[in-house]
Amino acid sequence: MKLKGLGKRCKRREDLEIRFILIQNRAGKTRLAKWYMQFDDDEKQKLIEEVHAVVTVRDAKHTNFVEVLAISVADSLSVLQFRNFKIIYRRYAGLYFCICVDVNDNNLAYLEAIHNFVEVLNEYFHNVCELDLVFNFYKVYTVVDEMFLAGEIRETSQTKVLKQLLMLQSLE
Amino acid sequence: MPAVSKGDGMRGLAVFISDIRNCKSKEAEIKRINKELANIRSKFKGDKALDGYSKKKYVCKLLFIFLLGHDIDFGHMEAVNLLSSNKYTEKQIGYLFISVLVNSNSELIRLINNAIKNDLASRNPTFMCLALHCIANVGSREMGEAFAADIPRILVAGDSMDSVKQSAALCLLRLYKASPDLVPMGEWTARVVHLLNDQHMGVVTAAVSLITCLCKKNPDDFKTCVSLAVSRLSRIVSSASTDLQDYTYYFVPAPWLSVKLLRLLQCYPPPEDAAVKGRLVECLETVLNKAQEPPKSKKVQHSNAKNAILFETISLIIHYDSEPNLLVRACNQLGQFLQHRETNLRYLALESMCTLASSEFSHEAVKTHIDTVINALKTERDVSVRQRAADLLYAMCDRSNAKQIVSEMLRYLETADYAIREEIVLKVAILAEKYAVDYSWYVDTILNLIRIAGDYVSEEVWYRVLQIVTNRDDVQGYAAKTVFEALQAPACHENMVKVGGYILGEFGNLIAGDPRSSPPVQFSLLHSKFHLCSVATRALLLSTYIKFINLFPETKATIQGVLRAGSQLRNADVELQQRAVEYLTLSSVASTDVLATVLEEMPPFPERESSILAKLKRKKGPGAGSALDDGRRDPSSNDINGGMEPTPSTVSTPSPSADLLGLRAAPPPAAPPASAGAGNLLVDVFDGPAAQPSLGPTPEEAFLSELEPPAPESPMALLADPAPAADPGPEDIGPPIPEADELLNKFVCKNNGVLFENQLLQIGVKSEFRQNLGRMYLFYGNKTSVQFQNFSPTVVHPGDLQTQLAVQTKRVAAQVDGGAQVQQVLNIECLRDFLTPPLLSVRFRYGGAPQALTLKLPVTINKFFQPTEMAAQDFFQRWKQLSLPQQEAQKIFKANHPMDAEVTKAKLLGFGSALLDNVDPNPENFVGAGIIQTKALQVGCLLRLEPNAQAQMYRLTLRTSKEPVSRHLCELLAQQF
Repeated sequence: MKLKGLGKRCKRREDLEIRFILIQNRAGKTRLAKWYMQFDDDEKQKLIEEVHAVVTVRDAKHTNFVEVLAISVADSLSVLQFRNFKIIYRRYAGLYFCICVDVNDNNLAYLEAIHNFVEVLNEYFHNVCELDLVFNFYKVYTVVDEMFLAGEIRETSQTKVLKQLLMLQSLE
Repeated sequence: MPAVSKGDGMRGLAVFISDIRNCKSKEAEIKRINKELANIRSKFKGDKALDGYSKKKYVCKLLFIFLLGHDIDFGHMEAVNLLSSNKYTEKQIGYLFISVLVNSNSELIRLINNAIKNDLASRNPTFMCLALHCIANVGSREMGEAFAADIPRILVAGDSMDSVKQSAALCLLRLYKASPDLVPMGEWTARVVHLLNDQHMGVVTAAVSLITCLCKKNPDDFKTCVSLAVSRLSRIVSSASTDLQDYTYYFVPAPWLSVKLLRLLQCYPPPEDAAVKGRLVECLETVLNKAQEPPKSKKVQHSNAKNAILFETISLIIHYDSEPNLLVRACNQLGQFLQHRETNLRYLALESMCTLASSEFSHEAVKTHIDTVINALKTERDVSVRQRAADLLYAMCDRSNAKQIVSEMLRYLETADYAIREEIVLKVAILAEKYAVDYSWYVDTILNLIRIAGDYVSEEVWYRVLQIVTNRDDVQGYAAKTVFEALQAPACHENMVKVGGYILGEFGNLIAGDPRSSPPVQFSLLHSKFHLCSVATRALLLSTYIKFINLFPETKATIQGVLRAGSQLRNADVELQQRAVEYLTLSSVASTDVLATVLEEMPPFPERESSILAKLKRKKGPGAGSALDDGRRDPSSNDINGGMEPTPSTVSTPSPSADLLGLRAAPPPAAPPASAGAGNLLVDVFDGPAAQPSLGPTPEEAFLSELEPPAPESPMALLADPAPAADPGPEDIGPPIPEADELLNKFVCKNNGVLFENQLLQIGVKSEFRQNLGRMYLFYGNKTSVQFQNFSPTVVHPGDLQTQLAVQTKRVAAQVDGGAQVQQVLNIECLRDFLTPPLLSVRFRYGGAPQALTLKLPVTINKFFQPTEMAAQDFFQRWKQLSLPQQEAQKIFKANHPMDAEVTKAKLLGFGSALLDNVDPNPENFVGAGIIQTKALQVGCLLRLEPNAQAQMYRLTLRTSKEPVSRHLCELLAQQF
């Protein structure tokens, strides 16, 4: 798989764990995009399209991991390819939850981090559905920031996250 | 539990989102958005001051519009205003707007610094977290300049709330990664390490990430974290599944924190403190034990969380690579996963095993799973799983299983996905070269690659096979034969035509004796492909044709006809047109000598690293080192490639290709002293009918005159002075290097090649001999980037050699620039028969250090062999005349190369004798005759070689008029087979 948008950033790679988190529906509409690296708008759009193309063709017989060959122009003469990134994703009903991490990161830990996040959303929105994410997009960002920050896992306890979200909900 | 309803709190926003969702077309959506933008603009510009709620609502709508993909060029000030609000919901929308839009307007950052400063100082944990999240999300240098000094204080302050500490740790991590220079190291760093002991698991979870990053940059300063991490890990791993309450995930205690701690430990070598190490090993064993316990839940979440820890544990075990017991246990555990029903686990097991294969402790254990892995290659549905299987096969490959793995990969290639074909091709090419037991297998494998996946065989791969065939004379005949057969397929890939064209052009003569592959047949086979090929291939074929004219004079008329055809001479492609014109002229006007010199056999390719390996590395990137096993600690690596020279008597080039893969084999034991004898495998191009017996200025001299200093008018005049001034006494030079005999042996059968190569220096040889005279060109290449000084190569005649052989050298420049090559010309005259070769002593200073090296000059007595044709009757008569026991030397020996009659024939011709047909009553046997020419005398030589294919043995008999010469030639020649 080649994600060209990502490759351009190889040189400015900052040794982050998570590059971005994307929630997309089957039609490719973005329901959440959280970027932990500086991408410009065109690059973001390209990545969104490419991730969609990559994950939607996969089925249950496939792994939940997609390695990414990003093309990076390392110097003016040669085009080099790196196996630097991977997309860890899981599908829930019509939504794909995707996390892009370093190729050496722990696949299963991030796969379950996705599930942990989804369970929190499910509790918070009481049986979450796609429309909850649309109408409350600004709240989803808060949930993300509670659980992931600076490309790292911040908090994993569902109880603690939900308690904090409930407290914030009570504020005006 | 909390619940929120749709658009909770902001009705106007919910209505707007609904409107957008109901739009039937893109145009309608844009219309609705423009209407809303106009509305918001008028509100913001209006005289009436907006309240916080309205501001929040409109800013949130703008954000929604931006997220739909539309540009937003206003509203920033209103968002900044929201930051100063005392209400959380208003502040949150303000911060969100800034975090999301900051790319498009970095001017904003300066405006918000003040608000962030206030929130950080507010002592309100909610506001502090919002500010910290904003800094972490933006993470710009400006942010670092403004806040890098404050955040460490918040992180370690005793009164900071846990949630604030979590955010502060990761915020600091972000700033440190973006601009490490801005984060002041200080007293806080010692306290940060102790966050590993924090009671709040969330704080530990966040802090470990920061500490890991700090450790990577300053490992020595944070060493203390190892023991703290081990004790924390130990507490988690040994806790019961419910002990950690909130942090237990599907019966697995703190899986993410465990993974992070295990990753932190991978920044360091195994703990030195025995107690810490013992505790850690216990943890690792506990994790491995738990993997064997029955699952506490059937949910995949349970097994995933548990296995996340397991895989990270295995990574740490591999990282330490010092506990054989744990490595083998890890391998066994992964072996179970190889057949698990979860595709994820099979994939991860293959991936993880790939790194285990590179450890000497677990390499053998990994190899036991070969059948499962091969099966995965055949049956997995996910291409990425098959790719991991191919990677693992590559990593576990060694001498013992190379044939099986290469053949499985070849089989897989027929059905492999297009995306990974090229990589498989590269892998097969590398393994075939690295583990070739005999090079005919290598040639077969590469030709199979071209047959199966010709489109994916890149230039590197087919160039490589040509380089190896050119450098290894034991495989040239086989390569010619095989490629000739491959070309007979009705449809063959263009790459096959290229390889075939090149090999037949160089070595077609080795199979020309067989009427089925006679020169005209070879030519018409190649030419039948010509018109279907691309320009580049046709250009290569034209070069083959001119080589044919040189090798096979009988094809000259036909080929000239082809070159002369209008389609060539007036070809629209300038490259083809030019070649046709030039080759045609060359073949018509040049004497056979000139033609032969120009079209001399290609010199061996000097090489350091396989270009294919370099390509695979490029493909996989720097992170793929482990899979490429170039740094592999393979216990069997001592015999890798060393097996290419199985016994000292193998004369085929040890050649640069032996260490192409960076695995220099231990030098084989020194060969028994070999002295005389050379001759090319190929029919010597100078032996054409018009060959000049003198080294005097012939047309070839004129051709070479640009390359060398002006040739002396008469070589005889030069050679008359046999004592060169530069010849130091033998006491000045050291003994020959241990490999000298072996290096010399390479040149018994050829005149050109690389005589010696190390990291500094490469010495190439090109030589030609006529009667009792010879001329040798030595090329000294400086492989470094530093100038060699006091460079002085000299030739020394040990013992009696001075009276037997005269070698006249020319001085070379005393300085050799980095990367440059200098050439030295030697004129040689054989005065009488000799047994030991002269020595070549090379001395120079490299970076101030004196370097000295003594080699044997590849001049052996058979270089002065003149072939003699004679009839059977004459042969038997002379054979009988030389019947004294001391005139005969005989040797019975085992074949070291495949017993191929064509190759044997070529070697005998190369050795220098004529081959006599219809002399020996047994057609399997070979007989030859020749005369050794020296100034003082001539030595007649007769030889007979009797192969026994069944026993894989030869019997060689030499009869000459001088006893030592018989023995000597017999020893030399016996090593060729």
